Amino acid sequence: MSQQPPKVVITGMGWVTPLGHDLDTVWAGLTTGKTGIDRTSHFDASTFPTTFSAEVRNYDYRQYVRHPELHEHVGLNTSYALGAAAQAWKQAGLDAFDGLDRDRLGLYLGAGEGTLDFVPYVGTNLAAWDADANTVDGQRWAAAAKSGPTAFDAAREAEQEPNMPLAHLAMEFDARGPAYNCLTACAASTQAIGEAREILMRGDADVMITGGCHTMIHPLGVTGFNRLTALSNRNDEPATASRPFSADRDGFVMGEGAGILILETEAHAKARGAAILAEVAGYGSTADAYRITDIHPDGRGAALAMEQALDGAGITPGDVDWIAAHGTGTQENDKIETKAIKRVFLPENEDKSKVPPISSVKSMLGHLIAAAGAVQAIAAVLAIRDKTIPPTANLHTPAPECDLDYVPNEARKTDVNTVLSNSFGFGGQNDTLVIRRG
Amino acid sequence: MSRDVYITGVGPVSALGLGKAANWDALCAGRSGIAPVRGFDASGMGSAVAGEVPEYKLRDFVPKHYRKATKVMARDIELAVIAADLAVRDAGLTTPGTDADGERTHAPQRTGCHIGAGLIAADADELTAALATSCDTGSSTHPDAQLPGVGGFDLHHWGAEGMQQLTPLWLLKYLPNMLACHVTILHDAQGPSNTITCGEASGGLSVGESLRVIQRGHADVCYCGGAVSPINPMAFYRQVLTGRFVGDPASEDPGGCVKPFDRNAAGGVIGEGGGIVVLESAETFGERDGEKRAYARLSGFAASQTVNRSDGNRTPDAEGRAIAAAIRNALREAGVAPEQVSFVVPFGLGDPAWDAAEAKALRSVFGNALDDTPVYTPKACVGNLHAGAGGYELAIAAVALHEQKLPPILNRDQPLDGFGATQPNHFGHALVFATSVGGQNTAAVLSRVEG
Repeated sequence: MSQQPPKVVITGMGWVTPLGHDLDTVWAGLTTGKTGIDRTSHFDASTFPTTFSAEVRNYDYRQYVRHPELHEHVGLNTSYALGAAAQAWKQAGLDAFDGLDRDRLGLYLGAGEGTLDFVPYVGTNLAAWDADANTVDGQRWAAAAKSGPTAFDAAREAEQEPNMPLAHLAMEFDARGPAYNCLTACAASTQAIGEAREILMRGDADVMITGGCHTMIHPLGVTGFNRLTALSNRNDEPATASRPFSADRDGFVMGEGAGILILETEAHAKARGAAILAEVAGYGSTADAYRITDIHPDGRGAALAMEQALDGAGITPGDVDWIAAHGTGTQENDKIETKAIKRVFLPENEDKSKVPPISSVKSMLGHLIAAAGAVQAIAAVLAIRDKTIPPTANLHTPAPECDLDYVPNEARKTDVNTVLSNSFGFGGQNDTLVIRRG
Repeated sequence: MSRDVYITGVGPVSALGLGKAANWDALCAGRSGIAPVRGFDASGMGSAVAGEVPEYKLRDFVPKHYRKATKVMARDIELAVIAADLAVRDAGLTTPGTDADGERTHAPQRTGCHIGAGLIAADADELTAALATSCDTGSSTHPDAQLPGVGGFDLHHWGAEGMQQLTPLWLLKYLPNMLACHVTILHDAQGPSNTITCGEASGGLSVGESLRVIQRGHADVCYCGGAVSPINPMAFYRQVLTGRFVGDPASEDPGGCVKPFDRNAAGGVIGEGGGIVVLESAETFGERDGEKRAYARLSGFAASQTVNRSDGNRTPDAEGRAIAAAIRNALREAGVAPEQVSFVVPFGLGDPAWDAAEAKALRSVFGNALDDTPVYTPKACVGNLHAGAGGYELAIAAVALHEQKLPPILNRDQPLDGFGATQPNHFGHALVFATSVGGQNTAAVLSRVEG
């Protein structure tokens, strides 16, 4: 006898992004083609190959949390998660509900590591550098690490661990159920939402706090991506530099922030009278198992993840109204994602009208790395609510290899009931969600 | 009905050696791998001993066609690749990693991979050699870019030129998901895959997620566990800063300095290594030919989160409440009562406060049965393998169940109350659990497979 697994629904959402810190402000920006990209201010990037990024501005998490005294050492990534989670918690009505079994309140985040403490990190290494031996001297390293201007701070180091957002959300919301953090690069928070759904379907929790947070806008983070030549270098036009699916795209724009969602079983949500915002109906997760540097050229793993998510939701490609694309704006991703979408949505014919509209919010928000998928998932829910598909901004020169409908530049008013949201990570990690009207 | 899942291959890697035989034999002989740090001069760190993986040749574990990729592997990644190779071979599976031309045991899309990883520190020599080119450049035109206290480092020079000293793929050596990424490529695992980064709970959580993936039918086989290499100044010091490790042991016997659940426990020791285990559905295991063994059935699993507001959630609450919750839930799923547990492999760091929280948790679940249940602590012999610990300890527990033998408990001359038992009176079930800085807890129950 097979029993239907419970339906998993979204009852609360919050995000902290380069376009603002609350649901409506960010959504208004996304549906009017605003971009949150400007000169980098977190550090002096003026001589870097990329001098701009999509930064969260004028944000203070203490305005959102009930217990600021618990979080005084947090880094930026945890602070973003706290503000986003507090808003999601409130929207879900959980701040006014005291019937939660805290042992069944779980966490599954796709949170990135914290920001490296640059001065001690670089300073300690340089203080210990033995140029003649071409090596770092261990004793000098330890001396510089322990005292003086380059000394490390134990709390700040601890806060860099990628599981610290979990630790802080647990304290803030008294969450004692199953807790995981996954860090599958740019796919992390889509995967977190998918796995949070699995935990609820299995009955191991009543409510899950899920999503992700990340910032890599620091000197060594930007160094890493600049060396990979993955970032846009359009230093003269930062606001329009993120150009997914455009012929003149030249890389992604580094973003930062958080997106947090409250998931619960439909039965649990109904029993406590919560408003249901949407359903997380399907989830697919695969690995390319191809190369660490390249996506599989046919989009093998990406296509399979999309197929798994559709199967899980019990729907066919024709049921999808919008594809929230990974759409990073790198040459490789946008070409192969288009190919993978065609593999799933046009297996036999070339009638391109069968492919639903595709767009990338990264054109406006930049790439929030581990947090990107959570932000897409929230955009999916709002698209369903407002019957509006956000555009792909800065798309004026269609690329021949990207020949589908990417909703260029203007938001589109249309019925949206079912959204497929893609996230692909460095190293070949592919994750897809299906989100539909609840 | 969820499917039965077996542990069918183990690849433990630690200071005691590479693979099942090296580790099992050493543990059974009561040997410790803790010794003064060799990989770098750690004498000023305030904790100068560690469990360090002995020298190895990576090429022995990587097929010829993939050796170029070893250039972009941090040592954490190397150890995961080695552990996976050992585990896959131990399970008797044929993959492109073990035999490029052989017929694969499992379909790539039915093969998953869940690996726990820590924060990987950049190679200090490589990074600093590059950083040094941006020091004392004489470009005084950018005084704002001279960072205070950073030895004349010029960020403007770094952005314009210095960073070019780093190899283009530099970042890919240090992304935590690269452990799983290389393993999936080597063994063509195209199914569900994940990287869990929850400190010392990472390994257990990874194994638990593999279990669930197989149970729900999304894969037939998974490689899971984790690995870390903290034998470099940054990663080592980051651990030292957590304040849970013995200082420089005064005795001439570093192997005696980690004393989990002993009245004289003074702290843990940093360890390097980890373990990958192969989980396989009972059906596909039963159907496949060739030499094979089911070490144990993974019969229960649970995870929980500590809330300890007194310390930024960086230490367990004194009562070990969430640890106990995870243990209870795992035992419930397995249908195993505490009295039926043959032996326990706890987190067992050897730090008095951490040990005490675990002791409270165990006592609250086991009651008087704790006095008769051996609590075996491999960390006394290999150190704290952090994200690699869960995979290692599950591997050892599985072998112990299969061999019906528990290695001797080291360094517990004056056991805490309830921790005096040394040998089980039967080999039916094992409980393995862990807790992390940050409060994630996991518990798993292994059950003996007859025949």
